Amino acid sequence: MTSSEPNPLPVLLRGGRPLGGPATDLLLDEGAIAAIGADATSRAGAEVIEVVEADGLVILPGLVDLHTHLREPGREDAETVETGTRAAARGGFTAVHAMANTDPVADTAGVVEQVRRLGQEAGYCDVQPVGAVTVGLQGQRLAEMGAMADSAARVRIFSDDGHCVSDAVLMRRALEYVKAFDGVVAQHAQEPRLTEGAQMNEGPLSGMLGMRGWPAVAEEAIIARDALLAAHVGSRLHVCHVSTAGSVELLRWAKGKGWAITAEVTPHHLLLTDELAATYDPVYKVNPPLRSAADVDALRAGLADGTIDAVATDHAPHPREDKECEWAAAAFGMLGLETALSVVHQSMVDTGLLDWAGVADRMSFRPARIGQLATHGRPLAVGEPANLVLYDAAVSEVVRPQDSASLSRNTPYAGRTLPGRVVATYLRGRCSTAVETVPA
Amino acid sequence: MRRHLLSAGDLSREDAVLVLDTAEEMRSLADRPIKKLPALRGRTVVNLFFEDSTRTRISFEAAAKRLSADVINFAAKGSSVSKGESLKDTALTLQAMGADAIVVRHHSSGAPHRLASAQWTHGSVINAGDGTHEHPTQALLDAFTMRRHLGDLEGRRVTIVGDVLHSRVARSNALLLSTLGAEVTLVGPPTLLPVGVASWPVHTSYDLDSSIVKSDAVMMLRVQRERMNESFFPSAREYSRRYGLDTRRMALLPDHTLVLHPGPMNRGMEISADVADSTRSVIVEQVSNGVAVRMAVLYLLLSGSNVPIETPVGES
Ligand SMILES: [Zn+2]
Repeated sequence: MTSSEPNPLPVLLRGGRPLGGPATDLLLDEGAIAAIGADATSRAGAEVIEVVEADGLVILPGLVDLHTHLREPGREDAETVETGTRAAARGGFTAVHAMANTDPVADTAGVVEQVRRLGQEAGYCDVQPVGAVTVGLQGQRLAEMGAMADSAARVRIFSDDGHCVSDAVLMRRALEYVKAFDGVVAQHAQEPRLTEGAQMNEGPLSGMLGMRGWPAVAEEAIIARDALLAAHVGSRLHVCHVSTAGSVELLRWAKGKGWAITAEVTPHHLLLTDELAATYDPVYKVNPPLRSAADVDALRAGLADGTIDAVATDHAPHPREDKECEWAAAAFGMLGLETALSVVHQSMVDTGLLDWAGVADRMSFRPARIGQLATHGRPLAVGEPANLVLYDAAVSEVVRPQDSASLSRNTPYAGRTLPGRVVATYLRGRCSTAVETVPA
Repeated sequence: MRRHLLSAGDLSREDAVLVLDTAEEMRSLADRPIKKLPALRGRTVVNLFFEDSTRTRISFEAAAKRLSADVINFAAKGSSVSKGESLKDTALTLQAMGADAIVVRHHSSGAPHRLASAQWTHGSVINAGDGTHEHPTQALLDAFTMRRHLGDLEGRRVTIVGDVLHSRVARSNALLLSTLGAEVTLVGPPTLLPVGVASWPVHTSYDLDSSIVKSDAVMMLRVQRERMNESFFPSAREYSRRYGLDTRRMALLPDHTLVLHPGPMNRGMEISADVADSTRSVIVEQVSNGVAVRMAVLYLLLSGSNVPIETPVGES
């Protein structure tokens, strides 16, 4: 399947509930939402089209992930652009931001263009490459961010994710430099000296388990510093995978000042806690680490009130051997694309913290705005791109790792029952999920 | 008893007392002319050591052999898994060899848990020290040694001194001793007490002198001099002055108070030679008690707690 193929037929989505509201019909044609409501129904009667019974399904704008590790080039044993974007489509995403920590690192125009092209060839969802801030993620010299911005990949988000841009001068320069092309630096906030050899959240449990702690202050100190730096030079800052209650407070403070700061939280930090480390099963090993229940509550509240702008998966595939070992030897990271919407459903919707419009805002509208994607995160309105997801909020399913489209199996939700199921995802009017999962 | 011994915290008071009572019976065996029991004849015990510890390995080996088990010593080399065979492959190998029990020493906290829970092997897993996590048989032998001198440990005051943060011995002792009803105080510089220690079932103090005067037993932990390079304390001298057990401090102890050390000692650092060799010191006795306690653990895990200890080979 490639995106250059023309869509065979217009599609009528019958009886779906846009943003969880009243049921209506949507007509998708030529990559756009062509009609809504009675108009869509009547036009469907007049033309030969494909009809999809979406009775009662929630319709959301196609989800946008700000933080995806697609692993290609370099670690095609863990994931490829094709398998990763297929997993993304199955999770309801129509656009993902591919992180720069590949091999070679996405620190040149050549690499980001290659990643973008691989995304186009696969066709499951739009792949927007993220460029590295520093050459080789080494934290020494700025990468050619201007060249990446001007390239066909049109890079706007720059991140050394996996590493913190810990040098204050380098961070200041990066924040200043990207202003020339309206870029944003996405910081992986982790003070390196405070987290040397760190394995899990530092707290009562790390002491009991004899594991080196990753203290909250190591994240919070960097967020505070970067907020001040960004304000000082008048630039935009985005904070990756916020994980602590203190970080939420700092973001609230910085936003209160009117500074241009945005932040994301991962689904796993909204649901899981550091108690899981007591199993010593490295499927729960992730960076930043799973935190306390109080942190989870603060993150949920921060996402609900908009202090945290977006949910971003930090989808991090790893081959089996990197997780089938003792904790300290295992790689950091978990899968996230296919379960993100269900986890947000459970942690935010079932708890009454967000309605479906709120979910659309945090998983589509706002991340698209942060990433400056013109054709994603658009309202469900006539004339808008037909990027959307049909979601059955009434069912619940047990997560089975072997069912994943990812090449990897490191999901922390294996065996857990999560609410909801993505029924189909549409990218520019074309169903990007497996045909057999779409109701006829 | 459970199938594995991974953490001292897994032992109920009943379990712990059973191990100590069984160890007492095992110890009496040492006084007999023939020191072997047939209890584990035909069973295979593997000593899987990813980290060198001749003392602990020899102790487990002696224990298994006195119970007539077949012993395989498996030293996995290389400081990290990436350099050597993975834990999983090693476990599969041992499973194929028919290991009934795997005694594992590993540099990574939780490695024995992983071995026990990942279904790579069906044998009993005994934690012989994992990273900075636990060393439950050490705690059992410490409790055994204290009990021989002090009787029931209920209400007894035990002070554990030094690098608690990096000590698996301290963690296991804190858990086991509180299960047995003892009142435990951890003493050390604040840098060497873990974050969250307030939630442990123990008291903590930064001042050694005020703690030891009320103690029935004082356990000195090994402190590596290199910790000062990571700024855990300014110098070996200052550490020793504030937290070392020397002759002056020993004079503050009540007459009956025992001095323990899990070994190997840094004489002159956490304990002075005079104290280590004094009559209060039960450090050598700890070593010999280690064999009896490990016999009890192997016996209880492998033959089931309901089976009485058989008479020694050749005795009728
Ligand atoms: Zn990161």
